[in-house]
Amino acid sequence: MTMRTGSPVRTWTPLILGVVLVVVLAILPLLNLSIPGILPGPTYTPGSLALMSLCMVFAALALSYNLMLGTAGMLSFGHALYFGAGAYGLGIVLQAAQLPLVPGVFAALLGGIVIAVVTGAVAMRVNGIPFAMVTLAFAQAGSVLVRRNQAVTGGEEGLSLNTAGVPDWMVGVINTRNLYWVSLAVVVLVYLIVLWVDRSRLGHLAAAARENDLRVRVLGLHPARARLMVFVIAGLCASLAGIAYLLLQSGTQPSAVGADLTITVLVMVVLGGVGFRWGAILGGVLYTILDQRLTVLARADAIHQLPDILRVPLSEPLFILGVLFILVVMFLPGGIAGTVDSSLRRRRGGSASPGSGGVDEGAAGVAA
Amino acid sequence: MSTLVLTLIIGLGLGALYFLVASGLSLIYGLMGVLNFAHGAFLSLSAFVGWAVAQAIGADSWGGFLLSILVGAVVGAVFAALTELALIRPLYERHIEQVLVTVGLSFAAVALFDGIWGTDPITVRGPVWLSRTTAVLGASIPNKYWVLIIAAVVVLAGLVVFLRRTRYGMIIRAGVENRGMVTALGIDVRRSFTLVFAIGGAAAGIGGVLAMHAMTYVSAGLGGTLLIFAFIVTVVGGLGSLTGAAIASVLVAVLQQVANTYLGGTGDFIVVILLAVVLLVRPAGLMGKAA
Repeated sequence: MTMRTGSPVRTWTPLILGVVLVVVLAILPLLNLSIPGILPGPTYTPGSLALMSLCMVFAALALSYNLMLGTAGMLSFGHALYFGAGAYGLGIVLQAAQLPLVPGVFAALLGGIVIAVVTGAVAMRVNGIPFAMVTLAFAQAGSVLVRRNQAVTGGEEGLSLNTAGVPDWMVGVINTRNLYWVSLAVVVLVYLIVLWVDRSRLGHLAAAARENDLRVRVLGLHPARARLMVFVIAGLCASLAGIAYLLLQSGTQPSAVGADLTITVLVMVVLGGVGFRWGAILGGVLYTILDQRLTVLARADAIHQLPDILRVPLSEPLFILGVLFILVVMFLPGGIAGTVDSSLRRRRGGSASPGSGGVDEGAAGVAA
Repeated sequence: MSTLVLTLIIGLGLGALYFLVASGLSLIYGLMGVLNFAHGAFLSLSAFVGWAVAQAIGADSWGGFLLSILVGAVVGAVFAALTELALIRPLYERHIEQVLVTVGLSFAAVALFDGIWGTDPITVRGPVWLSRTTAVLGASIPNKYWVLIIAAVVVLAGLVVFLRRTRYGMIIRAGVENRGMVTALGIDVRRSFTLVFAIGGAAAGIGGVLAMHAMTYVSAGLGGTLLIFAFIVTVVGGLGSLTGAAIASVLVAVLQQVANTYLGGTGDFIVVILLAVVLLVRPAGLMGKAA
């Protein structure tokens, strides 16, 4: 990689900001801060901690999806499969094999990798839109398997966490803040993995193939292999997020595998800005909070007194999020991060080139 | 023997349903390169409106039944045409964004339907004849499957006549084949985009009303369930090929039913395996153009 130009201040600022942000997030459970309208209570209460942890789990998932869509340019509709593989994988090995937590986590991650390698290798026989359809079909097969095999996965009821193998400090509402720290660790770990891939030869190769596949092949490189590697790494990160999800929710439902979750992640990433790591994190956090708060809003009295034509749409959080998503796609291409980035560039006098600079320059480390 | 006949004919009926959904998807993709995730929403809305119309006229009369199919087709066509005009057209040639917009639309539409008609499936009734059976070679075939098969054959025949005999049909076929050349000849292909969307929406609308009768319930998730199989059908058949979609619908549905009957309910899984095999052997699909 070539030397970065620019003053040392600008090189180090993102790193320092990132570290500060992680430290602030890490001490948040020890503080008594209230953010009315966003968090249900002060920051040390289990309710707020659970919401923030969920935000971080989805931020990690969105980061892994951004690695695939933003870096490698692969539009997958089956990403939830690997999230579900992590969640169900760990749940099943804890339940059926009675493994302790740490070997269980490794077994679940291994399962996630195997599924990602097999499905990825088959799906990559086609590109573009057909690839999206095939990955959707695989995720659907996973969802069907989960729903049908009641004995192993709990079927429609979902699988609850077998706490026998889990250390005591991770179980129960009282220990939510420990789980909060675990979630924070997961999102930081996923961020570092994604950052590492983006900066590595592998990431550059995948990004180059996204822009011009033929040219990369003419140069004698193998973009297909690079794409598969990125796909598997993204699947691994999603499994990690799934594991955190299982521990946090002390259980998982079939919806963790289904197409709806993938679409949710897609909405998060597009909302935040495709190709920007901090955009993916922002999108994940924003979506989770919006979903939560809009659900609360939907039950508010003010909404119930409205006439039907306003009440029905406003009491469906997913309707509002879907409309928001359409508006972002149509009028704010690049999402939040892309818009912020291009306006920053314009102010600095640089050229704003949509979509190309995002991956490398995307304000590395601004948001953990 | 009678079990086999029953399985095959039910498979054929289900294949007819898949075809009604997949034909529109395949045409839209072939002409415009758009993967339409909102197709399921067209289907669900048509089913709901068709159900409401049938309720108003009399759910168990034939008049209500036929009118609900007609209304379903119109609702699907109008919804689809509006989608094309308002959401797809402004994003011309930006395929990923077009997919994303249809994803957003289906997301919002399903939530809205949930809000309007409730999240619980609504049980529907049709003409009494639909819930009876007809004996064929010793097997009692539920009559609703005949209706599905007839509807799909009529739609297929109509589409073939339209595509082969009319001027717009020829433009659409030529556009699927080579859009650049059609444009170079001075024909505005974009005008036919709305038409293709409307046709696909109408087929999905008919499919929606009939799917509601086949499953005896209607819910906001009805379209989404069928959409995934329709995607599989279009990939297996070859994107953009109507014949491919027809063959693949029957193949996929019959295989699914046979596996459900004889291999212990593994139908959905077998279908995905079939998809994987087709992709490994023939990535362009059965009738698709070689990539």
